[in-house]
Amino acid sequence: MGVKVHLSSHVRSYTGGQAQVEAEGGTLVDVMADLERRYPGIRFRVIDEQDRIRPHVNFFVGGVLARDLHHPIRSGDEVFILGSLSGG
Amino acid sequence: MVTSKKSAGSGPARRRRTAARPGAASGRVDLLVATRKGAFVLRGDSQRRDWRIEGPHFLGNETNHLVSDPRDRKWWLLAAKTGHLGPTVFRSTDGGRHWSEARRPPAFPKAMEGQEGPAVDRVFCVTPGAANQPGVWWAGGVPHALFRSEDGGDSWELVRGFSAYLAGLREKAPARFFPTPGGAITHSVLVDPRDAGHLYVSLSTGGCFETADAGATWRPLNDGVSADFLPDPHPEFGQDPHCVAWSPANPDRLYQQNHCGVYRLDRPGVRWERIGKTIPAKVGDIGFPIAVHPRDPDTVWVFPMDGTSVWPRTCPGGRPAVFRSRNGGRGWVRLARGFPEKHGWFTVFRQAMTCDAQEPVGLYLGTSTGEIWVSADEGESWRQVAAHLPQVLSVATLER
Repeated sequence: MGVKVHLSSHVRSYTGGQAQVEAEGGTLVDVMADLERRYPGIRFRVIDEQDRIRPHVNFFVGGVLARDLHHPIRSGDEVFILGSLSGG
Repeated sequence: MVTSKKSAGSGPARRRRTAARPGAASGRVDLLVATRKGAFVLRGDSQRRDWRIEGPHFLGNETNHLVSDPRDRKWWLLAAKTGHLGPTVFRSTDGGRHWSEARRPPAFPKAMEGQEGPAVDRVFCVTPGAANQPGVWWAGGVPHALFRSEDGGDSWELVRGFSAYLAGLREKAPARFFPTPGGAITHSVLVDPRDAGHLYVSLSTGGCFETADAGATWRPLNDGVSADFLPDPHPEFGQDPHCVAWSPANPDRLYQQNHCGVYRLDRPGVRWERIGKTIPAKVGDIGFPIAVHPRDPDTVWVFPMDGTSVWPRTCPGGRPAVFRSRNGGRGWVRLARGFPEKHGWFTVFRQAMTCDAQEPVGLYLGTSTGEIWVSADEGESWRQVAAHLPQVLSVATLER
């Protein structure tokens, strides 16, 4: 399933500056695997080696905050990968 | 695409008693400065008097360590992360003009199903391997972990022998490995120039450790070092070395700036001697960094900080000064010419003071307040050559 993925400025160095990209997948696991294929290195910056979403990164699927990478993506959902507020 | 370099893969050479005695370098010095908000390069003139700032590289990244490879000085590694994104290593093969990211940055193996595994929070230091192992690099992580690359920093593997060893110690005494405010830091990775398999690695907190087989097995090396923050102030391990350095002219001479004083160790001995007690008591021998003369094993510099009462960790009395010993720590001289005479309340972190190999030796330090200070006369006098940078986390030299 094709998904529209919106990216905050933090990770656009991996997408050549694109704020919005396309990916394939039925869950966030699949979408991130596809993004990693297209934009090598992006996954590890937002998901750690234990498959946990990094503390200051937020994933939204269809407008809902998703903390689990197995979160399903339904037809029409858009994914947002955003930096949360992080001061200092 | 960065071309990877392969390790020569030769076994460790038999260790000799002494290393080749490095001569005085002659040429210009650049400073590789890593800060909390990006990395900078300071280009020095031939007198080490005028400095031109270039950068920032990776503005907004917490850059912990920027180092050039002495085996190929255009090959630079930078340890970085951001407030949001995970840790990584960037590489340049052309002296910082272009950068690429490590294909596989330092990371722990994935834990087995149902188990909680650790994740690297920060790559704290990157250290080139031995001269006879081109392409080999080591990295110290937060939390405690040692990583090794054999392809010039493109891909990294956990040194499992070290992690297994630490797991055993942690099981025995979990309270001796608690994290510092900056995390559980792995630092001061020292690779013996005579034997690529002989390393010292230090942990805050945890102590100093040694391997003679490239990381397969380890032993603690903390005898004589105090840990006054533990019920037993003289444990086998659990101390808090802030920075461990050795003499390039004699790698069997080690110095340590510890949470609990300044120490010296002459191998093959195993007992550290506290040499900081001869620094005036009103200053004390607490600090973060330590630097050793490139040709004289008896000359060493420290930058004391206030480790009294609630540990302000600032210059004692607001009066910044370097202390130098010319006799292996039997006596110290205060060197403050050029520094503010009062109201200098900064800190110099453990990777933020270093020296070059010129004649006379140049000393360099970066402060928590974003200043770079230079001495071109072995610490006798100091000049501020940069200000208003972000908090300086490390300073390394690159001699052209």
